Amino acid sequence: MTVTGSVHSFDVSTGVDGPGTRFVAFLAGCPLRCLYCHSPDTWYRRSGRPMSADELMAEILRYERFIKVARGGVTLSGGEALQQPDFVREIFTRCHERGLHTALDTSGALGAKADDALLDVTDLVLLDVKSGDEETYHRVTRTGSLEPTVTFAHRLADRGIPIWIRFVLVPGLTDAEENVESVAAVAASIPTVERVEVLPFHRLGAAKYAALNLPFPLADTPAPSAELLERVHGRFRAHGLTVY
Amino acid sequence: MLGGNMDAWRGFAGSTWRTGIDVAGFIHDNVKPYDGDAAFLAGATGRTTKIWDRLSTMFVRERADGIYDVDATTPSTITAHAPGYIDRDTELIVGLQTDAPLRRAIMPFGGLRMVENGLQAYGREMDPDVKKVFTDYRKTHNAGVFDAYPADVLAARRSHIITGLPDAYGRGRIIGDYRRVALYGVDHLIAERHQVKTALNARLSVADVIRDREEISEQIRALGELKRMAASYGFDISGPATTGQEAVQWLYFAYLGATKEQNGAAMSLGRTSTFLDVYLERDIAEGRITEEFAQELIDDFVIKLRIIRFLRTPEYDELFSGDPTWVTESIGGIGADDRPLVTRTSFRYLQTLYNLGPAPEPNMTVLWSQRLPLGFKRFCARVSIDTSSIQYENDDLLRPYLSDDAAIACCVSGMRVGKDMQFFGARANMAKALLYAINGGRDEISGAQVAPFMKPLGDDVLDYDQVFEAYDKTLDWLAETYVDALNVIHYMHDRYAYERLEMALHDYPVHRFLATGIAGLSVAADSLSAIKHAQVKPVRDETGLVVDYEVDGDYPTFGNNDDRVDTIAVDLVDRFMEKIRRQPMYRGAEPSLSVLTITSNVVYGKHTGNTPDGRRLGEPFAPGANPMNGRDKHGLVAAALSVAKLPYRSARDGISLTITSTPDGLGRIKDEQVDNLVGVLDGYTDGHGFHMNVNVLDRLTLEDAMANPSKYPQLTIRVSGYAVNFVRLTKEQQRDVISRTFHGSL
Repeated sequence: MTVTGSVHSFDVSTGVDGPGTRFVAFLAGCPLRCLYCHSPDTWYRRSGRPMSADELMAEILRYERFIKVARGGVTLSGGEALQQPDFVREIFTRCHERGLHTALDTSGALGAKADDALLDVTDLVLLDVKSGDEETYHRVTRTGSLEPTVTFAHRLADRGIPIWIRFVLVPGLTDAEENVESVAAVAASIPTVERVEVLPFHRLGAAKYAALNLPFPLADTPAPSAELLERVHGRFRAHGLTVY
Repeated sequence: MLGGNMDAWRGFAGSTWRTGIDVAGFIHDNVKPYDGDAAFLAGATGRTTKIWDRLSTMFVRERADGIYDVDATTPSTITAHAPGYIDRDTELIVGLQTDAPLRRAIMPFGGLRMVENGLQAYGREMDPDVKKVFTDYRKTHNAGVFDAYPADVLAARRSHIITGLPDAYGRGRIIGDYRRVALYGVDHLIAERHQVKTALNARLSVADVIRDREEISEQIRALGELKRMAASYGFDISGPATTGQEAVQWLYFAYLGATKEQNGAAMSLGRTSTFLDVYLERDIAEGRITEEFAQELIDDFVIKLRIIRFLRTPEYDELFSGDPTWVTESIGGIGADDRPLVTRTSFRYLQTLYNLGPAPEPNMTVLWSQRLPLGFKRFCARVSIDTSSIQYENDDLLRPYLSDDAAIACCVSGMRVGKDMQFFGARANMAKALLYAINGGRDEISGAQVAPFMKPLGDDVLDYDQVFEAYDKTLDWLAETYVDALNVIHYMHDRYAYERLEMALHDYPVHRFLATGIAGLSVAADSLSAIKHAQVKPVRDETGLVVDYEVDGDYPTFGNNDDRVDTIAVDLVDRFMEKIRRQPMYRGAEPSLSVLTITSNVVYGKHTGNTPDGRRLGEPFAPGANPMNGRDKHGLVAAALSVAKLPYRSARDGISLTITSTPDGLGRIKDEQVDNLVGVLDGYTDGHGFHMNVNVLDRLTLEDAMANPSKYPQLTIRVSGYAVNFVRLTKEQQRDVISRTFHGSL
């Protein structure tokens, strides 16, 4: 049986979505509608093209040797990769058979869909924590809630899976002291968190909104200042976390 | 003599290198590979900084005026100019091309026009006596070439299908083995040349033998002049160097002599760091010098290399975006016995980029192998990230062909030091040749019949097989015309502007390459891919000339690791090289080919009409073997792997790739960026990629690009999974990118 997924695009990138040089596939479809989303072109499953696991693996294997020599791996991102758990499980299983490191880039909102077999073949989770409190979480994502992410994080920790927390810092939206503090508290409570990556908000996705005829809700929001970034980094550091 | 050598060679191991001339053997017997990290290195001393600062203030005027100064009356020879100094009392290594720093010399042997136009451009007068001598009494290389060019070469040159030919100045790309002067002293080298002469005297005086005898006599004369030039600075270099400081000085005098005699397009240095390391480490072991002093010597040497200058025309500088000299130094690599040829002095050379700041010259070139020591690999990557001043060549590809004492001339041209030379051949325009094929041999801009007449293709959608057949024939003509031009050029260069000193520092007989090149490979490949995979209709002007194309449908483009088009590019390289191989070569040279443009891709593009891939008339080509900007959709690794497929076996003169990244496109923090760049270089060389220019852009560059967008038409920024053209972003977005890219360093 071959599993089919919906794949928006893929990229080979370095040092951005997990360690080393990685094959990164962006799976189409996401339950969240984050205000700062820089890829509204991946919201729907129909935004991608159907690809069998064989086909995606064929693409990955064209880079297998390079990725191994460059000490990287394969990252499945999105959209929300866990909207297609069967596809993720299948790709990661095949990657593991070939000795390729696997990373799952997810918000955790659909963490319940990741069964144990999927987690068995997941080496690293890049966990996007949008906010540390329910109210802000809902304001940011418009459709989601924090609780599934936290539950998922603890499940990962129980299984000993390393986690890199990612937090998008948006002035006026996610930068409140209490919000940052609660994200830091969540991160600090999960023993397998290896690092926190604070991603400064940018407006480079604006052109995609225009192309899709969608309003970009944060069109007038600036990128965070250096001072703000430093303050937020300090907040995470205060919890003993490694933060970049 | 023997006694002097005993002293100079004290403590050195091995014997075979002592009798003949064998620098590689000396290195094998004496190299002390270093596998540690960069912690031992010393910073710049006050003395070094003072000298560099003095020059730096002079650079401001030089940049503003184009040149700082010129001696317009003294045709340069090895001994023509009196000694010159930057700061006589504190310089550790001495010698300048003329009698003052940044004062350029005139070199009329290559061509009087280059001198005349160069002087005129900077408001100087041509000396009437110089003009008279080189017009009435002494013929130049340039004059000789134009006496002998056939008509079809002139037509091809005029229409820019062949451009950048070294027919008006020194051809360059010849690397003398300057180390020989330090290891053996000049007298030993002269004695060896006399033996060669004696052997030649025993042969019948046929044309080739007569020419060789005359050349050897000139080489002996040049070595004598080299001694006199050194003597004018107070040094007797007839014997070998006895200390590290002398070794650097002797070697530099030899190189300096070459740059006094020749204004070659690329005046590369060779592979000197590990050779000099033997001397510096001996001095340190003997307690003569400290690490700080060893670094000072290298810093002072590199300062000299940074102020090598030639008088060029503004057009030449425009072609190459600046005032390049390609003082290329090859560093690292693996020895034939599997030991790395990385030494502490390899580190010291790279350290100059910190001690003196980043600079394009000398052109620091690391011969990369996965097997290099990790400490060195990480230091290289760190220097790349901090300075963007290193290029990398695949030592694992070079070594099987060229052994372990090879060096790069210019950018990508590998040769065995002192054993190989090359006849530099600029490049032919592969994209324009495709347009000629479609137009039956007519130029798409002028309409002139340049290539032989062929039946132009019909009006309907272009048929791939028909186009390819016509293209293949056009490439036959191009290869023939191109090599014809090069044979004329190098015959005349040997005759009127022979590199006496550089060739004195080569074995006899020397092995010669004739190095052809191609430009516009990715444009040609994408155009053929469009014709093959989409529907391409020609658009004609009123004279029936095809001046544009209508493309309907999608097609794969080079730079996405997609075999449907990458195989076209591979075939073009193999095919054109095969056609080059069929041509008769001047002096029995071995033909080779490069896929390299440096920055002339802009000028090639300027003279090439609309192409079937949608590129517009005048739009620049991609540099070297790069994919066209914006057509590589899957990141730089996918692009690099497309380029890595181009066959080195058919492009032995090198295949050039330029990559650009922001620091955070390599990782979140410096240590990770370093490790990840090491990984990319390992992966690329493992995948048979040949050459990589690594640009890691800093904040200042991006800010400059915001202020002067026209200077950065191809600046691409990758942001979490997609690429944007930086200068096309709004100011606001550009500011976002800058703050985003550099938050880590704040």
